[in-house]
Amino acid sequence: MEDDAPVIYGLEFQARALTPQTAETDAIRFLVGTQSLKYDNQIHVIDFDDENNIINKNVLLHQVGEIWHISASPSDKGVLATCYNKTADSKVVTCAAVWRMPLELEPGGQDSPEDAASPAHTLELLCHLEPAARGSTACVAWEPAGDGKRVISLADNHILLWDLQESSSQAMLASSASLEGKGQLKFTTGRWSPHHNCSQVATANDTAIRGWDTRTMSQIYCIESAHGQLVRDLDFNPNKQYYLASCGDDCKVKFWDTRNVAEPVKTLEEHSHWVWNVRYNHSHDQLVLTGSSDSRVILSNMVSISSEPFGHLVDDDDLSDQEERRLEEKSQEPPQDSVIATYEEHEDSVYAVDWSSADPWLFASLSYDGRLVINRVPRALKYHILL
Amino acid sequence: AMAAAAAAPGPGSGPGDSPEGPEAEGPERRRKAHGMLKLYYGLSEGEAAGRPSGPDPLDPTDLNGAHFDPEVYLDKLRRECPLAQLMDSETDMVRQIRALDSDMQTLVYENYNKFISATDTIRKMKNDFRKMEDEMDRLATNMAVITDFSARISATLQDRHERITKLAGVHALLRKLQFLFELPSRLTKCVELGAYGQAVRYQGRARAVLQQYQHLPSFRAIQDDCQVITARLAQQLRQRFREGGSGAPEQAECVELLLALGEPAEELCEEFLAHARGRLEEELRSLEAELGPSPPAPDVLEFTDHGGSGFVGGLCQVAAAYQELFAAQGPAGADKLAAFARELGSRYFALVERRLAQEQGSGDNSLLVRALDRFAATEIVERVARERLGHHLQGLQAAFLGSLTDVRQALAAPRIAGKEGPGLAELLANVASSILSHIKASLASVHLFTAKEVSFSNKPYFRGEFCSQGVRESLIVGFIRSMCQTAQSFCDSPGEKGGATPPALLLLLSRLCLDYETATISYILTLTDEQFLVQDQSPVTPVSTLCAEARETARRLLTHYVKVQGLVISQMLRKSVETRDWLSTLEPRNVRAVMKRVVEDTTAIDVQVGLLYEEGVRKAQSSDSSKRTFSVYSSSRQQGRYAPSYTPSAPMDTNLLSNIQKLFSERIDVFSPVEFNKVSVLTGIIKISLKTLLECVRLRTFGRFGLQQVQVDCHFLQLYLWRFVADEELVHLLLDEVVASAALRCPDPVPMEPSVVEVICERG
Repeated sequence: MEDDAPVIYGLEFQARALTPQTAETDAIRFLVGTQSLKYDNQIHVIDFDDENNIINKNVLLHQVGEIWHISASPSDKGVLATCYNKTADSKVVTCAAVWRMPLELEPGGQDSPEDAASPAHTLELLCHLEPAARGSTACVAWEPAGDGKRVISLADNHILLWDLQESSSQAMLASSASLEGKGQLKFTTGRWSPHHNCSQVATANDTAIRGWDTRTMSQIYCIESAHGQLVRDLDFNPNKQYYLASCGDDCKVKFWDTRNVAEPVKTLEEHSHWVWNVRYNHSHDQLVLTGSSDSRVILSNMVSISSEPFGHLVDDDDLSDQEERRLEEKSQEPPQDSVIATYEEHEDSVYAVDWSSADPWLFASLSYDGRLVINRVPRALKYHILL
Repeated sequence: AMAAAAAAPGPGSGPGDSPEGPEAEGPERRRKAHGMLKLYYGLSEGEAAGRPSGPDPLDPTDLNGAHFDPEVYLDKLRRECPLAQLMDSETDMVRQIRALDSDMQTLVYENYNKFISATDTIRKMKNDFRKMEDEMDRLATNMAVITDFSARISATLQDRHERITKLAGVHALLRKLQFLFELPSRLTKCVELGAYGQAVRYQGRARAVLQQYQHLPSFRAIQDDCQVITARLAQQLRQRFREGGSGAPEQAECVELLLALGEPAEELCEEFLAHARGRLEEELRSLEAELGPSPPAPDVLEFTDHGGSGFVGGLCQVAAAYQELFAAQGPAGADKLAAFARELGSRYFALVERRLAQEQGSGDNSLLVRALDRFAATEIVERVARERLGHHLQGLQAAFLGSLTDVRQALAAPRIAGKEGPGLAELLANVASSILSHIKASLASVHLFTAKEVSFSNKPYFRGEFCSQGVRESLIVGFIRSMCQTAQSFCDSPGEKGGATPPALLLLLSRLCLDYETATISYILTLTDEQFLVQDQSPVTPVSTLCAEARETARRLLTHYVKVQGLVISQMLRKSVETRDWLSTLEPRNVRAVMKRVVEDTTAIDVQVGLLYEEGVRKAQSSDSSKRTFSVYSSSRQQGRYAPSYTPSAPMDTNLLSNIQKLFSERIDVFSPVEFNKVSVLTGIIKISLKTLLECVRLRTFGRFGLQQVQVDCHFLQLYLWRFVADEELVHLLLDEVVASAALRCPDPVPMEPSVVEVICERG
């Protein structure tokens, strides 16, 4: 099982932001944004060579500030958006901007001669996502199945829908909505649903989860007190359109059916501290990845609420009677949700986990000390799901 | 020859039995023959061969063995024995042979004599038989003569005999005719006299004859007369039957007679049942009247007595009579009766249960038990007993909830009064003793069901199932389980935020459950087992299972307590970090108030937990931990330990990284399970709080003074929190990490002098 060993990559700075390069479906590539107040921040473009188990990195400078959130365009490999902190007048503001990576780094681009003189490339700014009323942008989400033209950004209590024009060099505010209520409401995170023709977005503020219709910018549903404490992250099931996973400071991961939000469909309580990240596998939605500040990454098998609850469907006609019977016995066992593996390679809080967009069996996790770990789904399970 | 003699099974082998000469046959045959003989004499092979002393029956040198081989034996003797012994054995052998020879001779003589005498006997028998044959021949001829004579006599008497028979027949006929002619008058007389039974018997006797000869005018007349009378008779009977006043037995008689008269049985049984119904319903009505709309006047005892004698007795009579009368009706009739009885019976039972249900509410078990005692239906008694158990279970649960409410009030009250109310320990003792006394009361009350003087206590249900399944399982075990569940439900309550349950209650319940685990459960169950000598063998929940459940409950409650308290402090810390503008804060002069509050609250929790839980074990530690200062930038920490996979390219805070490395060399499980002691609880709460502080700090950006403020705050916490936890190193690590993270989140990290920090903290 030599190749099941995790691959570890260290960054020099603290880091919280991680995303797969969403538009890239051949190479396994992750983008990591650093957090440093003293030095120029960087975006590490990390290529994982699956065959040789080697990591290749490219460093891009992100000089405007420390990166709190990063997301890659679903259609253009070269485009990404970051949320970054800017300190001005002894005030910290979180801004958001869309960037283009230098051409020579782009996979599929022309092989450029090695330029040893300038090891660090600089990002090209495409546009700022500046809200009219200045607020701190918590997160930027791209329209999942779109042409990379529509983006949602969450700033304080505003949800803003942007149209990117002229090859993303201009951002037009298409529509927006605000959260009204007593106290200082502030969005913490948001996620764009790949279903319903990409017309739904879910956001989190404090302990509540809200669903929005992007066409009318109106609220569709609201899960008040979805978690006992702050909700940290959300993810939509890629195959089941009403299923939503959430996690938060109550150490729980909850699965919701957005048609009936009175009770979660399922609750996991495996972590021993705040759960910062939850991610469905893009192809096999029973695989759920969570990262937590207890320094652990947990891969769970949520068979009972997945779109393929019985593992796999086989044409029984092709099997001999005996095999068939055994198979039937097997398939009659109720699906069991279980923790597949707990990954303990991190030594600090894990603030980001995500699946590779190219290889559905591979994922990366990032802890605050700058350690990026690339892991795979255990082989036995992989074959069980595939066969 | 020696071998044959030695191997002979015994003296029983007579001359007739062994015709085979040993010389003629092979040794195999001989052995087989011996075997058969032995079988015949009931000696087993082993016994026969092994009796003398041969340890090995196959030993060829064993003289008496079955496998004796003379050659081998001789060889052995010759080889092993000295001459003298050889001589001895020879003489011995000769002596034995002689003895055997003489024995054999004696036997032969004896048997020969017996054979001779047997031959004589047979000869004598032959003679006797010949004589007997002659006599038999004579007997046969005599018998023939006798038969001849007898035939002649009967032929002579034949004629006369026939005439006599005829005359007798005529006489009988005449008597019958006379009876018929007299029948109408007799019937009339019987009817007049009221001897209905007699009349019906007469009628029955004559009916068939009259039916047969009705074509003769004279008989017809008689028949007509009879029919008229019979009709009158039937009418009279029916009348008597309908009047009905004369009680069930007489009615039964009427019905019997009517049946004999050939009245349609179906109609009769309908009528019979209708009648019986009338009577029984009256009984029921009177019972119902006793029930009444208003609370019943007579006690339940009287009620069941009344019902038992009146209704049940009546119903039994009716059923018995019906079965006797209408047995010929077959299953249809039986069904009718069953339906009838079922309907009335269920109404009766409904009434009784209503009455008992009225009793259910009231607490007096003894009266109920005595009433049940009078009331015989086992099923209902069992059901009532079960309901009674359920009632007690509910009572216990209510008592438990009630005492919890009391605790809540007691917990809420003293704050307002400002005075120290009853302490937690006292409250705990109150709850425990009140529950225990309730349990005891319930047990005593239920115990009445099995009292010796109650007759149904001897029934198998009350001796077995009631004790084990009823009292022990459903009442006591059920209550303990429900208590655990109730307690656990406080953990799952949706009020995660803040929590609707006061933490002190969680703590108290946890201690209660733990006490149950250690002592109370086994005490209660022993008490139960003693009071209800359980004879039933059905499996019962063992004490250990129950204890494990209680312990689990206690653990969950305590863990939940830790979470809730940790959350309270966490929220305080979180708000304090989130709401402050750390960039433009001023140089710290004081410890922030929230930190003092945290320490105060922690101390309060420490006191609270200390009321109920033991101290617990603390890790031995160096004494001057309070003197420790934060060495965020101290040069003593080396970089060398950091992960080699690091690709060093940019400058970085190496000592910081090593700090982090060190911190997580031992992973801290923030929400880890707690043990049942004060230190463990406090450690859990402090861990949760400090981890929250750490995560919150990492989300902010600090100015120089912001960092210094954090430094001061952390040192203050350090000064006061270490004493609460099991391993003070833990507090150090977490606080170190907080300061390190704050330094990392500071663009201009200039830490405060440790001495200044100390001064500020001591002043605060």
